[in-house]
Amino acid sequence: MANALVSSFRRGADSFGDAFHRMNKWQKYSFYAIVIVALYMAPFWPDIPVIGQIVDTPGTQFSTVLNDQIIIFVLVALGLNVVVGLAGLLDLGYVGFYAVGAYVTAILTSAHGNLPWLLSLPIAVVVSMIFGVVLGAPTLRLRGDYLAIVTLGFGEIIRLTAKNMDWLGASRGISNIKKPPSMFGLKFGVLDPKPYYYLGLTLVLIVVFVLHRLEYSRVGRAWVSIREDEDAAELMGVNTFKFKLWAFTIGAAVGGLAGVHYAGKVGFINPDNFPLQLSILFLAAVVLGGSGNMYGAILGGVLVAYVPERLRNFADKRVFVFGVVLVLMMVFRPEGILPKRVGDEHKKRSSSTEAGEVAQ
Amino acid sequence: MPDWLIIRTFWDLTVTGLALGSIYALVALGYTLVYGVLRLINFAHSEIFMVGTFGSLLASSQFLNIPLLEDGNYPYRTGMTLIFFLVVILIVAMLFSGISAVLLERVAYRPLRGNGEGVGAAALAFLTAFVVSLIFIDDTKVNLIVSLALTAPIAYSYMRIFKRGRQAPRLAFLISAIGASTAIAEAVGVWGTHGRDQYQTARILEKKTLFNLFGTDVRIDYVIVIIGALLMMTALTLFVNKTRLGRGVRAVAQDAETSRILGVNVDLIIIVTFALGGVMAGGAAMLFTLVYDQTRFNIGFILGVKSFTAAVLGGIGNLKGALLGGLVLGLVENYGSAIFGGQWKDVIAFTVLLIVLMFRPTGLLGESLGKARV
Amino acid sequence: MSEILLDFNNVTMQFGGVTALSEVTLQIARGEILGLIGPNGAGKTTCFNVMTGVYSPTIGSVTFNGQSVTGLKRHHITKAGIARTFQNIRLFSQMTALENVMVGADARKKSSVGGAILRTPRQRREENEARERSMELLTFMGIADRANNAARNLPYGYQRRLEIARALATEPQLLCLDEPAAGFNPAEKQELNELILKIRQQGYTVLLIEHDMNVVMKVSDRVAVLDFGKKIADGKPDDVRNNPDVIAAYLGVDDNAS
Repeated sequence: MANALVSSFRRGADSFGDAFHRMNKWQKYSFYAIVIVALYMAPFWPDIPVIGQIVDTPGTQFSTVLNDQIIIFVLVALGLNVVVGLAGLLDLGYVGFYAVGAYVTAILTSAHGNLPWLLSLPIAVVVSMIFGVVLGAPTLRLRGDYLAIVTLGFGEIIRLTAKNMDWLGASRGISNIKKPPSMFGLKFGVLDPKPYYYLGLTLVLIVVFVLHRLEYSRVGRAWVSIREDEDAAELMGVNTFKFKLWAFTIGAAVGGLAGVHYAGKVGFINPDNFPLQLSILFLAAVVLGGSGNMYGAILGGVLVAYVPERLRNFADKRVFVFGVVLVLMMVFRPEGILPKRVGDEHKKRSSSTEAGEVAQ
Repeated sequence: MPDWLIIRTFWDLTVTGLALGSIYALVALGYTLVYGVLRLINFAHSEIFMVGTFGSLLASSQFLNIPLLEDGNYPYRTGMTLIFFLVVILIVAMLFSGISAVLLERVAYRPLRGNGEGVGAAALAFLTAFVVSLIFIDDTKVNLIVSLALTAPIAYSYMRIFKRGRQAPRLAFLISAIGASTAIAEAVGVWGTHGRDQYQTARILEKKTLFNLFGTDVRIDYVIVIIGALLMMTALTLFVNKTRLGRGVRAVAQDAETSRILGVNVDLIIIVTFALGGVMAGGAAMLFTLVYDQTRFNIGFILGVKSFTAAVLGGIGNLKGALLGGLVLGLVENYGSAIFGGQWKDVIAFTVLLIVLMFRPTGLLGESLGKARV
Repeated sequence: MSEILLDFNNVTMQFGGVTALSEVTLQIARGEILGLIGPNGAGKTTCFNVMTGVYSPTIGSVTFNGQSVTGLKRHHITKAGIARTFQNIRLFSQMTALENVMVGADARKKSSVGGAILRTPRQRREENEARERSMELLTFMGIADRANNAARNLPYGYQRRLEIARALATEPQLLCLDEPAAGFNPAEKQELNELILKIRQQGYTVLLIEHDMNVVMKVSDRVAVLDFGKKIADGKPDDVRNNPDVIAAYLGVDDNAS
């Protein structure tokens, strides 16, 4: 019966997708505009009568949940989706890139430097990408299971190194991380999470835009072909090593970006913020939502971040719950809640355009 | 450092390294057996080990009623009593781990192979009900009762789905294993009596020096670990080589399809393989608590990764390789932490893994991985 | 005398203790259709795999179009101009038919990640060209009506033809077909023969492994026979058919007339 629930949700999403395809350009753009405005208004959703009560998170301010949890998980799920969902590379150490992004910002703005947060952002992303290459280049030759263990090791090495090196703050961590600068009339202080949310949402939208372009290009096709049958892909001329490395690197960049945003908000980090359990939750977000589907990843990120906050009982048991969810999903629905639709499998009439021509 | 101290430290590290390595080796056997038969890394094997340590804990504190006591006042036993207690704890640990391993296979792996069955369905049904009830109810006892009540109907509908019988993609097995591993560890962490803190196990063996080797005092517990591990491994090797089931394991590891055609009950062999791995892990768990007197909910993780490293180091799928890999890793870890400092111990293990996989993925004794399948 | 396109020179392929190919020498002339036959286990697929870079020969060399392709990385061999299909169909099941073919067409592209993100003019041009070319190939193969169906949902005949379309999309000079007629009924096999001839007319050279004599003998210009890893015959179909060594090798094995 849970399966029936998910299926009807899925059919709803599909018919929506059909209707969406049939819209013309202006209708699509207005739809996007409405959704984006609604998202920016999210901190005020709890104020809507009736629906607001359902949505609101008891115990924690909704906007805090929005930013600290949901935005971070959505960003991470988007990035991890590229690695796991599109390219099919099982990365269990994604928390490592997240940590790298956070620590670089911390080092540059506080511990060993005095740069503004905004300047540390691109540097941190680039450093994350370098780590992506450093981890990927020697290990992407390995097949599935081994890559998983190795990436797991990487995540832990990052954490343990941060814990053991004074230069990185050791167990104490690094504090006084700078905040984002005032922009567009928003001040980034300590108490109000709303500016951070707006910034984070903007980052998410940019990432979605970039990833969408990548997915619907030869790069995205190469990734999926590698996931489906790596040997056949190579024999069709796909330089699998190069594209796997790109998947890793782009994933690392997005993970690092999430780390930078996190560090800017909380102002202080230590190794305990980046445990293995986070990598598991990140993976659960992608798998649960629908790996290989960007919107599925977003859904998964939202679920993993929001549900434990909405249902307080869950909160300290959430890692347990999501562990069980992973098993259940693999047994009953490995493709996730919103699997990627291939071609016009569910369309009522076929069209001559490629199914992916949703946006520019 | 004076010469005699270096030599003494060297032998000290060697002995403890061999003991530690023996524990890694025993757990590595579980990884290597399952990989050999299913070509799958049993990510949750680390939690099988952890469960075994809690089995030891329960055996000594509950079944044998040995009090915990403290420094200078340990509940030491000697002679036949000691041996009896150790054997009981060993058996209980092996039972805990062995049964968990078999249960794990039914719940997290078999349904993905397309032939899910009743026990697995029941367990999954219970877990589903439990997790869902957590949404509505905050009282663990009530959660349990509700879940038990709902298990039967949910299990029934699961069995219907199981009949579909399709094999899941490889990635799914790995993710399921990860989920199972996480769930087991977290369950202990959340609902165990000490939560995420350390649990002390009773120390019944007085850790006297047994003899002196090149200036180092060799403690009896290290000797027991090394000898115990060797005995268990010998038993396993005999089983695999001399018994009918053991031959079945070797046959399926070489070629599952042919074995099936020749009449081997592959499902049974898989259960036996998991059970063997579990029993070895249980043995390792008992020896671990003997030396370290403690356990916690996430003890499995770091030890599991190291044992897996050992299995790969020796050559995955290769039993002797697991032994060799374990001992080598134990020694390397010890020497390494003497050189670089104790806090880098874990990093050393991970680094060894990375190096082995990059430069010699076949391991020391060989078993090739990652070849093209065209 | 046609130019030699592929020179498979004295190739021996050993796996551990097993010798799969033993001193096999084979040449394919540009524009010809060469059939490769032999009893099961003779080494035909191994031969293919060496040619397409899946394996590196233990001894011997493979020269294609004058350049050595021995031990080249697989995707470089594809770029050099050798393409193949698979005995047990290996399509990208979670992609549409069109997308499958486009992966092949992508092999010739120059633009990559940067172009994709920024949608440079070159990237957009290449993408459109690839899409057009892929649709043309689908039409050529007669399966354009299902261009937007998921590959896993296509009927068997369509899947086989899709694999060929995908291989052709990489703009090869040599097309290697691994048992393309498997699972076809006689009418379909006849269609396949016509298709292969049509492909050759377009300028491609074809190497084909097949069990079915109805297909191989009718469509090949020349036939080479392998047995136990050695080449035992090489010549016109009729000559090979009557060759006593070949008959002996096949003794007891009928020619799969369906």
